[in-house]
Amino acid sequence: MGIGIKSMEYEDFGDNESLELLKKTGGNVFLSSIDSLLNWGRSNSIWPLTFATSCCGIEMMAAGASRHDFARFGIEVYRASPRQADVIVVAGTIVHKMVPVLKRLYDQMPDPKYVIAMGACAVSGGPFFYNSYSVVRGVDHVIPVDVYIPGCPPRPEALLYGVMQLQRKIKGESISSPVETDTDKLL
Amino acid sequence: MSEEIIKDVIVRENEDYIINMGPQHPSTHGVLRFEVCLKGETVKYLIPHIGYIHRGIEKMCEADTYQQIIHLTDRMDYLSAHINNEAVCMVVEEAMQVEVPERVKYIRTILDELNRLASHQLWWCAFGMDLGALTAFFYGLRDREHILDIFEESFGSRLLHSFNTPGGLMHDVHPNFQKRTKEFITYFRKKLPEYDQLLTGNIIFQERVKGVGYMSREKAIAYGVTGPSARGSNLACDIRKIAPYGAYDKVQFNEILMTEGDTFARYQVRMGEMWESMKIIEQLIDNIPEGDFTAKMKPIIKLPAGEYFKRVETARGELAVYVVSDGNKTPYRMKFRSPNFSNLFVMNELAAGGKIADLVAISGSLDLVIPDIDR
Repeated sequence: MGIGIKSMEYEDFGDNESLELLKKTGGNVFLSSIDSLLNWGRSNSIWPLTFATSCCGIEMMAAGASRHDFARFGIEVYRASPRQADVIVVAGTIVHKMVPVLKRLYDQMPDPKYVIAMGACAVSGGPFFYNSYSVVRGVDHVIPVDVYIPGCPPRPEALLYGVMQLQRKIKGESISSPVETDTDKLL
Repeated sequence: MSEEIIKDVIVRENEDYIINMGPQHPSTHGVLRFEVCLKGETVKYLIPHIGYIHRGIEKMCEADTYQQIIHLTDRMDYLSAHINNEAVCMVVEEAMQVEVPERVKYIRTILDELNRLASHQLWWCAFGMDLGALTAFFYGLRDREHILDIFEESFGSRLLHSFNTPGGLMHDVHPNFQKRTKEFITYFRKKLPEYDQLLTGNIIFQERVKGVGYMSREKAIAYGVTGPSARGSNLACDIRKIAPYGAYDKVQFNEILMTEGDTFARYQVRMGEMWESMKIIEQLIDNIPEGDFTAKMKPIIKLPAGEYFKRVETARGELAVYVVSDGNKTPYRMKFRSPNFSNLFVMNELAAGGKIADLVAISGSLDLVIPDIDR
């Protein structure tokens, strides 16, 4: 019945249906009930780090404010310290001078940690892909990214959708055999 | 005179106690690093370090056509994106000797002021949040969404719209534009007094901003500070008044000037400017002339060889665009004189001698947008 972690191709982890299927499949009764409790807690209280480099940060603020109300999804409390954050929303361009800072911020975050690349600049360099001498073409050259949100800047709704994708991804995790993420591939 | 006003080069000493504020700090509104030297709680000196978001926009412009450059200027000062676009368009129009239709001038001016309103609203809520008033954040962004709705209906985007093109506008505004703008002005005229009730009169807020970060008129001139920050020090520097562009010569409005020069004065200037922006929009919105939304332009724009210069008043101060053209379809050199760059470096003068807790209030009152500094 269903699929196990080992039978799943690496590419399938990018696919939401496979992840949901994975969640439904069996396993150790004891561990899987702990899993579901842990994942329920984790996925509904993702605390982001206040990290905005440029324009996308404004849309991130708008997503947190009155109309769009981020807090409905539990991604509520913006932490100024990476030690208290679960997810880093890379909102904006990353240039070469910023790379060591970003890497250090990521390293300072406690596990489990997730990365959302928000906006074209963080995804691929965006409008600065050509002819710029200082822009990093995509934040995934520096830190592993879980969810990519395209747009320049993405609408707050797009950010909300991205967060929901991250929640689904978290719900597919297990403490006995953790989902192999991009993080593990890089390490 | 300026030698006396601008302090000598800062000399670091071995026993200096230095802390870094930023690059990742919620109150620097981006990635700016202040190297702060402390003596106890008092700031001895402060050195801003920039370049954490330097994207090389000026160099990129040299490889882009003038239509493409518009999109890059959006991303400099993203809170006054429309005004930045207009500066580049005006340079091109002046060089090509194109007279834009009256309708374009009116619509551009209305959009400028809507953009200024949205920017000041965001500044207000961020300034309140920096000083610990979280409610301000929700109030400000609630009203800002109404402006963004108007933008979205006409341009299809909320923040960076690139609606100006050399010669006019990308397309005509939405038929609802006038109606919705008028509705917004009626709405916001009721809401703006709430801002004053919530924050301006708050005694905790006033204690934190009054008498903090004093900038004299001479210092503002010496450092090239412009915009609301300079007008808080009684320096009349509004480009809309000095060299009117668009439809600014057809409207009556006051340049808000304060004499105190402290953080609260800069706060009051911006609050006053919101009222003035609404006044300007009200004078123009009913009188938009009929006509084309763009002048006739060639698809490939080649500026005649020479140097061109234009300046506009963004929400933060004077943005000047300087183009050197060698007759090709791309500029030979493009230089932006951005307001935030000059406004930033007066920080040392404002903060030195004060307490470190006031640093956030001072940098908030200058309303810095970091990608505009680094470009």
